[in-house]
Order: sequence, then structure tokens, then C-alpha cells
Amino acid sequence: MSLRSTYAASMLLAALLLTAMAASLFLGYAPLGVGEVFQALIGAGDERYIFIVQDIRAPRIVLGAMVGGSLGLAGAAIQGLLRNPLADPSVIGVSSSAGLGAVVAIYYGFAASSAIIVPVFAIGFAIAAMLVLVWLAGKDASILTLILAGVAISSLAAALTSLAMNLSPNPFSLNDIILWLLGSLANRSFTELWIAGPFMVAGWVLLLSTARALPSLSLGEDAAASLGVDLRRVRLQTVFGAAFAVGGGVAVSGAIGFVGLVAPHLVRPLVGHDPGRLLLPSALAGALLLVLADIGVRTIPGDAELKLGVVTALLGAPFFLWLIIYTRRSMR
Amino acid sequence: MIAAQNISVSLGAHAAVRNVSMEIKPGEVVGFVGPNGAGKTSLLRALLRLVAVDSGSVLLEGTDITADAPHKHAQAIAYLPQGQSVAWPLTARRLVALGRVPHRSTWETLKSEDEQAIDAALAAADVEAFADRPVTELSGGERSRVLLARALAVKARVLLVDEPTASLDPYHQLTTMEALKATASSGTAVGVVLHDLNLAGRYCDRLYLMHEGKAVAEGTPNQVLSDEYLARVYRIGVRRDDRGDVVVDRRLSDVP
Repeated sequence: MSLRSTYAASMLLAALLLTAMAASLFLGYAPLGVGEVFQALIGAGDERYIFIVQDIRAPRIVLGAMVGGSLGLAGAAIQGLLRNPLADPSVIGVSSSAGLGAVVAIYYGFAASSAIIVPVFAIGFAIAAMLVLVWLAGKDASILTLILAGVAISSLAAALTSLAMNLSPNPFSLNDIILWLLGSLANRSFTELWIAGPFMVAGWVLLLSTARALPSLSLGEDAAASLGVDLRRVRLQTVFGAAFAVGGGVAVSGAIGFVGLVAPHLVRPLVGHDPGRLLLPSALAGALLLVLADIGVRTIPGDAELKLGVVTALLGAPFFLWLIIYTRRSMR
Repeated sequence: MIAAQNISVSLGAHAAVRNVSMEIKPGEVVGFVGPNGAGKTSLLRALLRLVAVDSGSVLLEGTDITADAPHKHAQAIAYLPQGQSVAWPLTARRLVALGRVPHRSTWETLKSEDEQAIDAALAAADVEAFADRPVTELSGGERSRVLLARALAVKARVLLVDEPTASLDPYHQLTTMEALKATASSGTAVGVVLHDLNLAGRYCDRLYLMHEGKAVAEGTPNQVLSDEYLARVYRIGVRRDDRGDVVVDRRLSDVP
């Protein structure tokens, strides 16, 4: 596929994303009229409406787009690095390590003291896990070693998370842990954005900088190296880019699976399989998916608010199945 | 010109290349022949810095390659590894365009000289007919010709290819060797690992015969593909047909 179709697809996805984000401002429990939302945006009108729009809806919409974008971008980069369409950020253990960090913070009750504790723990654990991963995988790690080490880290983090739930001191913290693990953007403020945002942006920069090397890797590592690709650097950029972007994302929203796996597949029919050209459209598609899922969370009626991780999987999985049937000829 | 001086390479505890010296001059097609495990691929990989040498040095136009910047090195030496695996269903043309990566900066698009190199490489490997098809839909032999075109598109001063004819039909074995010969005649130094001794004899200017990590013979095809060497290194007895080609006759069980 040509560069033009990548550009066109990115513009289309960006337009859809902005539309969804704008629409999301008008949707929610409080039945605000169009005029009231516009007034509240510029800080005029009823104080309560200003609070709802500027402090409740706006942060979760922006965070939703950033977290979804991080997952979509990291998913595309990791699939490109590992040359495997089944890979996603969880393969290298970054999501479960970040999740473990948050669970530790909740379990020991640190979380209650300040809103920044959970994100800080999640990001810290994600980065620590990636340092262990790179150390385990060694200096001249093969892709296989990287995946195996990632799976080991991921399993360990999942086991420790289960242990924390198992030993949970009281039903309240167990409940907190489970709800957090289901993923949510409810009650997030711009405080979370200031903490996790810089990490996500740093991750995006690292991940986008792999765009040049990833296509050459389609030929295998020796051929890529003979084309001037520094394999070690690409691996580190991808692993730490994913740690920052996804660690930052999970820190804010809890564990939201599936977006990292699905987003690249969603855009392949539009832009083709070139792993370098997939990065930006995949990020936009991930952002769009999460913003739409969050709209779903807030508008589907029910007694309890649905959790975001549940809705992304419910929305994404059927679509993914349809996509498999639709594209199975080219997936061989 | 690329040259190795007394290089040794080990893979783990195994000494894959032992004290080998060789050179490929511009305009030459030099063949590397020898049985499986003789160290041919490891030798090429050492010339490419894909494995570190334990001792000795690799010289590109007289200078040691160890300190070269990756893109400089990639512009100078093109490599076609064994095998035909490609990770994604990219079109043949897009794959061949990857050969231009060493010549471009990060966000630059293809220039007309890149397009010319790509078109010429597609033609030389006889893959123009399926340039716009995904390589995953091509046969193994077709795909391996696309990958050859990718290596040709680099237009490097040195071209190293590892078993380029392995999965090809006889017609395309000849076109591939002719493409290598044509590349050499434009001033490129071409090194090629071959298992087909007759292709090696017909198309290579010189041969290195590898055995157990060492270059045991070097010279013209006639000198290297002698009955004695073939018996000692390959453990085969051969006959010659009317045009002097090797016909493998029998397996030798015990060779002193």
C-alpha cells in the first residue's frame, strides 16, 4: 500500500477520533443540553455544569484517547518487532507488571493517602519489569528469548497479583483490587494526566522512532542488520517505549486488555501490513476504540457502571472475529 | 574490495571458521563451496559483522570494518541470507524497496534514483510480473527471487549471497547466476555460497573450497573442483561429462 493510503487512513481516523471525543462531552449521566455543555466549556453558566464538563468529562475523554493510543501504538510496535500478529504489550509482561504495581499500592493501603500513589507504583513496576526483561534476555537476545522472558515476567506478575487478592486483608481492598483490574476511567482527573501523561508521551516518541527499522525486520534479523538496522537499539526502544506508554496507561485506567492486540489488525485492511506505516494509524484506532468504549460505559443503562476493560473486550472481540473471517485469506 | 585476514569465528564452543584469509575484488564473482557445516555462512556473516571475529580482521577497501557506522557499512555491503521467510504480506515491490533503506534518511521518500534501482533489480531477478502481489502469496522460488532483487537494489560495492539458487527451477538458477555475473561486471565484488558445483564452475571466476572451518583450496574452478579435492572434502567420487561438468557418481565411505 502506498504512503498516501497511510496518510488518508490517519486523517480519517483522526477525524473520527475527534468527533467521538467531542460527542463524548455531551454524553453521560447528567442530562446536559448542547447549549449547557458549550457554555460550561468556556467556563460560563451553572457552576455544577462547569464542574461536570471540565473536571469529570474532559479528563476522562482525554485520558481515554491517550491510554487507547498508547495501547494501539505499543501493540503495533511489538507486533512489528516480534514479527508476530498475535503479540501485544502483555507478551513482554508490561501490562501485568504495571497492574501488579497498582495492586501492591492498593493492597498495602498506600493508595488511600494520595491519588498519585497508584500511577507511580504502576509505572515504577512496569519500568522495573522491563529492566529485568532486558537483563534476562541478555546482550544479544534473540526474539524467542525476549518472548519467553516476557511470558515468565508476565506469569510471575499475574501470580503475585492473585496472591495479593488471596491474602487480601479485608473484603474492601479485595473489591478495590478487582474493580481496578477490570479497568475504568471513572473519577479520573487531570492530576492523573499530569503524572502519567509525560510517561505516555515519552513512550510514544520511543515507539514512533522504530518506524524506520521495523519494515526491514520483516526480512529477518540478519538481513535487517545488513541494511544498517541496529537490532539492539530497536529492541530497547520498543521494550522501553511500551513500558512507558502502557505502564503510564495502565497506571491511569487499570488493566485494559485487547486494544493493543486488536488496533493493529483493525487498520491493516486500510493501510496494509507494513509495520512502520502501521504505527500511527494503529495508535489512532486504539484511541478511537477506547473513547467509543468509554461512551458505551457511560450510556449503557444499568445499576452498576460497566467497567471499561469489559466493554473494550465486548466491543472488540466480535469485531475482531468478523475481521478474521473477512481477512483470513491474507493472514496465512 | 573486501578481504579477510586470518579470521576465526566461533559459535559457542564450536570453531566455525578457522584462520581463513580470502578476498573478493571488484568485478569478480567468487564462489564459496564446501559441504554442510563447512563454515561458509559463518564466513559471510563475519564479513558482515553479524558475528564477531575471535581473531584476524576484515578489510573493506583496505580499512578495517569494525568501526564503520552501520549505514555506511550497509551502503557498502549487501547481503542475501539463506531462506525465504518474510514476516508480513508486503508486496514484492515494497520488499525490494527495503534495499534502498541504507541510502535514505528516516522520513525521506523514494527518489527517482531509488525507483530506478528498484525497477532494475526487479527486472534482473525476473520478478516484475508479480511486483505488486503480496510475497506471502508467491511460491518459495518466486519469493527467493524477490529477496535477491531486494539485495540487488542496494547497489552496494560488495554483494554477498548465501545459496541464492537453492529453491529455484533450472531456468531461474541460470537467470540468477547471470544476474550476479552482470552485477559483478558493473564493478561490484560478488561472493556467493553455492552447493551446485556446476553452477559454481560455470559462473564463478574463482572458488574457495571450505572444509571444517578452513579454506582448504583456492583458485579457478578447474583447480578447486578436482577429483582429489571432491573426494577428500565432499567424500564423493565423480565423473566428467562432455562439457567438463561434474557428475556425482558415488559416495565414498572411507577416505583417508
